[in-house]
Amino acid sequence: MANLTTNFIGIKSPNPFWLASAPPTDKKVNVERAYEAGWGGVVWKTLGSEGPPVVNVSGPRYGAIWGADRRLLGLNNIELITDRPLEVNLQEIKEVKRKWRDRALIISLMVPCDEDSWRDILARIEDTEADGVELNFGCPHGMAERGMGSAVGQVPEYIEMVTRWVKQYSRMPCIVKLTPNITDVRKPAEAARRGGADAVSLINTINSITSVDLDDFAPEPTIDGKGTHGGYCGPAVKPIALNMVAEIARSPATHGLPISGIGGVTTWRDAAEFMALGAGNVQVCTAAMTYGFKVVQEMISGLSDYMDRKGFTDTSELVGRAVPNVTDWQFLNLNYVTKAHISQDDCIKCGRCYIACEDTSHQAIAMSADRTFTVKDDECVACNLCVNVCPVENCITMVEMPKGMVDPRTGRAVTDYANWTQHPNNPSARAAE
Amino acid sequence: MSNSQLTPGIVPGRLPASAYRDNFTDHEPPLDRHEARVAADRCYFCHDAPCMTACPTSIDIPLFIRQIATGTPEAAAKTILSQNIMGGMCARVCPTETLCEEVCVREVAEGKPVEIGRLQRYATDTLMEKGLHPFTRAALTGKRVAVVGAGPAGLACAHRLAMKGHEVTVFERRPKAGGLNEYGIATYKAANDFAAREVDWLLKIGGITLRNGVTLGKDVALADLLADYDAVFLGIGLAGVNALRAAGEELAGVQNAVDFIAGLRQASDRSTVAVGRDVVVIGGGMTAVDAAVQSKLLGAENVTIVYRRGREKMSASGYEQEHATQTGVRIIYGAAPVKVAGVTQAEAVEFAYTEDTAEGLKLRPEGFTLKADQVFKAIGQTLAGLPEGLTVVAGKLPKRAGDRLWCGGDCALGGEDLTVTAVAEGRDAAEDIHAYLTGAAG
Repeated sequence: MANLTTNFIGIKSPNPFWLASAPPTDKKVNVERAYEAGWGGVVWKTLGSEGPPVVNVSGPRYGAIWGADRRLLGLNNIELITDRPLEVNLQEIKEVKRKWRDRALIISLMVPCDEDSWRDILARIEDTEADGVELNFGCPHGMAERGMGSAVGQVPEYIEMVTRWVKQYSRMPCIVKLTPNITDVRKPAEAARRGGADAVSLINTINSITSVDLDDFAPEPTIDGKGTHGGYCGPAVKPIALNMVAEIARSPATHGLPISGIGGVTTWRDAAEFMALGAGNVQVCTAAMTYGFKVVQEMISGLSDYMDRKGFTDTSELVGRAVPNVTDWQFLNLNYVTKAHISQDDCIKCGRCYIACEDTSHQAIAMSADRTFTVKDDECVACNLCVNVCPVENCITMVEMPKGMVDPRTGRAVTDYANWTQHPNNPSARAAE
Repeated sequence: MSNSQLTPGIVPGRLPASAYRDNFTDHEPPLDRHEARVAADRCYFCHDAPCMTACPTSIDIPLFIRQIATGTPEAAAKTILSQNIMGGMCARVCPTETLCEEVCVREVAEGKPVEIGRLQRYATDTLMEKGLHPFTRAALTGKRVAVVGAGPAGLACAHRLAMKGHEVTVFERRPKAGGLNEYGIATYKAANDFAAREVDWLLKIGGITLRNGVTLGKDVALADLLADYDAVFLGIGLAGVNALRAAGEELAGVQNAVDFIAGLRQASDRSTVAVGRDVVVIGGGMTAVDAAVQSKLLGAENVTIVYRRGREKMSASGYEQEHATQTGVRIIYGAAPVKVAGVTQAEAVEFAYTEDTAEGLKLRPEGFTLKADQVFKAIGQTLAGLPEGLTVVAGKLPKRAGDRLWCGGDCALGGEDLTVTAVAEGRDAAEDIHAYLTGAAG
């Protein structure tokens, strides 16, 4: 069994699975149950300044979208940061950390964007013995209207300024949590790095309306006839999160900055994908909120099995392994040619590949009178749509044409690697000659 | 051979050669990878799951199904096997319809349970086909334990003890290990010699010596075992068969269903197994169903199960009864045999209808006669061949039968007589023995 122990910016945990700052980490009782179930670490739900705690709505806080069999695919929430008194949280954090020395415990923070507020809260958490802080610059609802959360995370200068304060007034490792509700995630990551952040974590939730009540004409979740946007998370957001993680991992300005990957992690495979794209560990919320803390057991066994299969003995061998293979479109090999191939033994003759190709792609699949479907190599551009719509796994595959063979679509032989920067149709390529 | 379904008497070769292969293949084919993923997707990962509670070995069913769903069937198998080392056989023979699948929340809500048994088979088959044995032995303790009976209870006990670092010798009276898995299960439930393959796989743990052909009380005395070993586990099953207590029981053609099933299991060529043209099976359990269905599959023309009580009292599940009737077996409820008619050879069985009264089952004056050249007795098994000095309670042995003596499986008190129960009892006895041997408990 592979060793899943991770060291993330000096914070050790028995496995790379942390619970993200969210409702599951708001109280000692939850956090201890999580540790008992096997979670490697916890980011305690965001603390605010001392004073009257925030107030949450007393109507529905969550909305969701589901698959046909009620599999929860996406979740949206309008809950705010902790609504418990600061003193209670600090006391509980201290008790939990003393009892669970081998687990990571990070405190998430969100206070007004001024130096005094940050200095004060950092002083207050000093003696909890927590392992680090995470700056919540991501929460997109409620707190943003008060100049906090994503209101800070959308302004790189603010990120840099606050991170600098945190590093100035605290010795704790500092993780900056980024919002995806921006145009280029590399800018806030660069700002965090300039401010001295030890790591970034992403993504926080995405602005969203999950559904609309078509009788009452209000967004859901609906509070007394009105609704507001919430933060979207769960399996549906994973592709967006993976891309943002990869962008930070491969950008020269942020390359090497440790990343805690967040966004729809539900299974061991999701976690492994985030890690391959550069995340040193992952944070999970929706999967725990859907299935309970026990869900981590599958993540642990699955990741361990996978690492054994690959011969990895340490998670560091996995982290970032796919990053060199993430590139820009212009560097993709334009001389790489594949053709779709339909296995007649596996085909169930539904015709979905045919109509997808005929109506919406390249008219590259032929259909016979007896419903035999075959690929026309002289029309197939290898777009992969047939593979994606085929209900039978591995029935349609993409077969690479070897070098030297003539592509019947273009009439040209397959040659060596060449990309758009070298292509004759590219005006820039010609200009450079 | 020139015999057919219509040949009178008890004869082999009633069917064309190809029919035997088709009839005795896997009754329920294994799920392929895609089917397993789709079936696994239906599991809700229930909290404190009813299926897990219903499983006598308490397998973490939601976890193993989730592990299948995420493409790690080997991890799923380990989850299963760490609770039930014979999870492969149990996946095939457990009456899931009265255990895990009966209480599946989707069975209760929709009448369509998650296919837990078939998913369990998918996971365990995947692991075993790769030849993987995911357990290793703890540091050797130097303690030695004798296990009598290489059935599910004895083997589960032996495996757990070997895993804990003890040396185990298993004594088995029959030529092969496996117990009822090898000799008592219908062929189509354990196709392709699965029972023997599972035993070989189980023994990969090491530290287990198997001694076949050794009968307790004949070749080896219990007192000697207790003297030679640090602890003894008896998993000797129920070697006796209940009598019909009807006239004519001694006629040729009247035999024990368990012997017929064992003979068929051990036959390398099923066309050599003789079966009657008109077969009557008396009893209401799984053994009755297995004997009846397989008689039909061997080419008997008419096969009838006669059970003395009503359908709801029959210990073979509704699913088993349905399987029997679909195969062409007729089931008659509420009738008991009065006499087997015949001169030297059984020719017919006379039955009387029964009435369930407050004072017990009573025979009614009305009855009927069934033509029968072969009669199978499947009315329960009993303890037999016990060594001296053991206390029998309600026909069974207590789980702790002496100072250093444990019992489990069908021979022991508690639980239903199922493979899965035997495995649980063998495993739990091993834990007790381990605690005793290492001084953690008395």
